Amino acid sequence: MPVVSMTVNGKPASADVEARTLLVQFIREQLGLTGTHVGCDTSQCGACVVHVDGRAVKSCTMLAAQAEGAEVLTIEGLAKNGELHPVQAAFREHHGLQCGFCTPGMIMTAIDMIRRNPGLDEETVREELEGNICRCTGYHNIVKAILAASQEMR
Amino acid sequence: MYQFNYERPKTLADAEALLGKADDPKILAGGQTLIPTLKQRLAMPSDVIDIGGIKDLDFIRAEGDAIMIGAATRHATVAQSADVKKHNPALAALAGGIGDPAVRHMGTIGGSIANNDPAADYPAACLGLDAKIHTTKRLIEADEFFKGMFETALQDGEIIKEVTFPHPEKAAYMKFRNPASRYAMVGVFVSRGPWGVRVAVTGAGQNGVFRVNDMEEALSKNWSPEAVAGIKVPATGLNSDLHGSAEYRAHLVTVMAKRAVAAAG
Ligand SMILES: Cc1cc2nc3c(=O)[nH]c(=O)nc-3n(C[C@H](O)[C@H](O)[C@H](O)COP(=O)(O)OP(=O)(O)OC[C@H]3O[C@@H](n4cnc5c(N)ncnc54)[C@H](O)[C@@H]3O)c2cc1C
Ligand code: FES
Ligand code: FES
Repeated sequence: MPVVSMTVNGKPASADVEARTLLVQFIREQLGLTGTHVGCDTSQCGACVVHVDGRAVKSCTMLAAQAEGAEVLTIEGLAKNGELHPVQAAFREHHGLQCGFCTPGMIMTAIDMIRRNPGLDEETVREELEGNICRCTGYHNIVKAILAASQEMR
Repeated sequence: MYQFNYERPKTLADAEALLGKADDPKILAGGQTLIPTLKQRLAMPSDVIDIGGIKDLDFIRAEGDAIMIGAATRHATVAQSADVKKHNPALAALAGGIGDPAVRHMGTIGGSIANNDPAADYPAACLGLDAKIHTTKRLIEADEFFKGMFETALQDGEIIKEVTFPHPEKAAYMKFRNPASRYAMVGVFVSRGPWGVRVAVTGAGQNGVFRVNDMEEALSKNWSPEAVAGIKVPATGLNSDLHGSAEYRAHLVTVMAKRAVAAAG
C-alpha cells in the first residue's frame, strides 16, 4: 500500500492507504476532518469541494495519491484564532444555509471564485455555482452571501 | 472501486515503460471521467498510470501560426491562457464552458479527446479547427482520430502528448446545454482558416463528433448565418433519448450553426 503525504490545513498528514482511496476518504476517515461532505459521490453536487494547491476540486473525484505533496485546504482550515473567514461570516449573516449540508462545499467554491474574479457580479456567481447543488435550494441567500463577502474581501 | 496498482511517473519515458509492463493498464490524467467510471466499477484496470505528474505534458505555446497544448493541460488553464484568448478565443471560450470550475481545474484536453464522449466539447474543436494530435507513436489528424462513440484511433499504450491548433481567421462554438448535466445536447464549432471552412458537430451523433459538408460548402461561398439557415442534417444516426429526439437534435444543429457563424463574425 502506498504511503501518501500531503499538507492539510497547514499541518503535515501522511498515511498508508490503498491506492483506490479517494481524497475525501483520506480527509474524513484518516484525518477525521468530517466537515468535507459526500453528497452524491458521482461528481455532481460539490459538497466535497476542497482546495488542492489553491484550486477548488471535488475531493470525491480525486485519488488521495494524486494529491501527494500538495497543500490541501478544507473547511476546518478557514477560521483563524476563533474568527470565522469572511465567507463563513457572510453565510451566517445572510442566512446562506438551511440544513447546512452543502455549505462546506459552497464556501470552498466561493473562496475560489472570489480569488479568480475580482469584481464578482451576480450572473458570474450563479454561473460559477454550476457544480454545487443545494438540496434546500437556498440559492438566493447563498448568492447574496458570496457577493457580500467578495465586497468585504476586496 | 476495484483494487489497482498506482504509479505516478515523472517522465513520459517512464510512463511508456510502465504501460508496457502492466497487464491491463489505464492512463489517469485529470480523473474527471476515469474516477467516476472506476467508482461505478465499469472498469477494472490492473494498473493506473497517473500522467498528472509529468511536467512536460503541461504547457501552452504559441508558435508561428499555431497553438500547441500539452495533453495534461487543464481546461481552466486553456480558458485563462492569454495566448489562446488572443489567437483562438473560440477555443478559450469552449474550454471555459466545460462542466463546472472544479471539473475545469482537474480535467485535461488529452483526457477529453482520448475519452471521446459523444457529447464532449473538445472533439468539436479538434475536428472544427483541423487539429493535429501528437502521440508517443505518431501524428494523427483530427479527421482520422475520432472513430465513434468512446472510440479513437489510439492504440494500447499510446499516450497523447500534444494537440496543435492552427490559428483560425474566424471561429466560434455554440453549445446548447442539457439543462441538467450541462453537457452538449448539440454543440457546433465553425471556423474559417487556411484549411477552408469547417463545421463540426458534437452531442448529436450516435457515433460522436462529425462534419457537415453541405454547410461547409455553403459557408465557403457565403460566410453568413443565412447560408446555413436552410440546411438540415438528416435525423438518421442522431441520438434520441429522454432529453430530445433525433429530429429535435437535427433541428438544433442548424440553429447552433447559424448562431456560431453569427458569433464568429
Ligand atoms: C460534473 C462533470 C461535468 C462535465 N461536463 C463536461 C462538459 O460539459 N463537456 C465536456 O466536454 N466534458 C465534461 N466533463 C468531462 C471532463 O471534461 C473530463 O475532464 C474529460 O472528459 C476527461 O479528462 P480527464 O483529464 O479528467 O481524463 P481522465 O478521466 O483521467 O481520463 C479519461 C480517459 O482518457 C484516457 N487518457 C487520459 N489522458 C490521456 C492521454 N494523454 N493519452 C491517452 N489517453 C489518455 C484515460 O485512460 C481515460 O480512458 C464533465 C465531467 C464532470 C465530472
Ligand atoms: S460528493 Fe463530490 S461532487 Fe457530490
Ligand atoms: S443548505 Fe441544505 S443542502 Fe444546502
